[in-house]
Amino acid sequence: MTVGIVVVSHSRALADAAVALAAEMVPAGSVPVRVAAGAPDMSFGTDATEIAAAIQAADGASDGAGVVVLLDLGSAILSTQLALDLVPGDVRDRTIVSPAPLVEGLVVAMINASIGTPRERVAADASGALQPKQSQLAAD
Amino acid sequence: MADAWDVPLLTQWLTGFRDAVDQAGEELTALDSAIGDADHGSNMQRGLAAAVSAVTDAPPADCGAFFKTVGMSLVSNVGGASGPLYGTLFLRMGTVAGTAETLAIQLFGECLQAGLDGLVQRGKAQAGDKTMVDAMLPAVRAYDEVAADGGPMVSALTAAAQAAAQGRDGTTPMEAKKGRASYLGERSVGHQDPGATSMTLLFETAAKVFA
Repeated sequence: MTVGIVVVSHSRALADAAVALAAEMVPAGSVPVRVAAGAPDMSFGTDATEIAAAIQAADGASDGAGVVVLLDLGSAILSTQLALDLVPGDVRDRTIVSPAPLVEGLVVAMINASIGTPRERVAADASGALQPKQSQLAAD
Repeated sequence: MADAWDVPLLTQWLTGFRDAVDQAGEELTALDSAIGDADHGSNMQRGLAAAVSAVTDAPPADCGAFFKTVGMSLVSNVGGASGPLYGTLFLRMGTVAGTAETLAIQLFGECLQAGLDGLVQRGKAQAGDKTMVDAMLPAVRAYDEVAADGGPMVSALTAAAQAAAQGRDGTTPMEAKKGRASYLGERSVGHQDPGATSMTLLFETAAKVFA
């Protein structure tokens, strides 16, 4: 059982690059990752139906471990919340939407998911993903 | 004409709203470029074009199906925050409308209230946050006042449109509390909210259907 990750972004390029960056940290194919990003005409935007499909796909690949959603900003949040209205109740119950910063949170979530961490812990650790950066940049 | 909505009249409303947003597209985008990401006009144009196609290609069987088709079209095609916001509004209206083939003044008022509740719940916006709620909340109140006296529909919708316009104008001095405009803080003051502007067009075009 491996938690599935869904990345929601206004930009397909941004989401794909963030996933590629984070994927370097884990064995290839060890974490089910799905991307829902960009408007239908490939301009910036988000699509709740695409997000709902990505959540269901990631959940299906997780063997019941559930899903953690990482997202960028603005309509990504509203569209993801609407997407949760569109998926079956059991999938919704297994899905956690993370307030983590996208890049840092995704890296932490991918590493945790790849070693079989439960979704609650994956989400909690992702939410704390800015801490290493903050401590490194803190004044001596 | 009966004093009630049916699917052809709802289609007329949607088409009128699309045309109004098309005409105001540059204005909406200009308002959004001042305090947002400059896409409200083009996003709404794209979403409404898809919604009009959806309900004209395969006319919905009842009012609930009409609103649900419109809501899902907006959710899938708008791209920006107005997609899930207007989408939720129409989807909730559809839930209340159900299989009704006509919506008289009372039931349509209940649809509007459900749409407003969904909008507030989705966006977590309060009155005064400089959002589309600032146009829709007074519009629904004004509609309800006329509806409580029995109508007619044109009077309720006209009152709603006037209240929406006042609410829209009232957003100019507000400081944005929601959405990307909120990142600007005090610098959002002095700009009319684009969402409240398109919301006003929604009520103005509704009133025109019965005028």
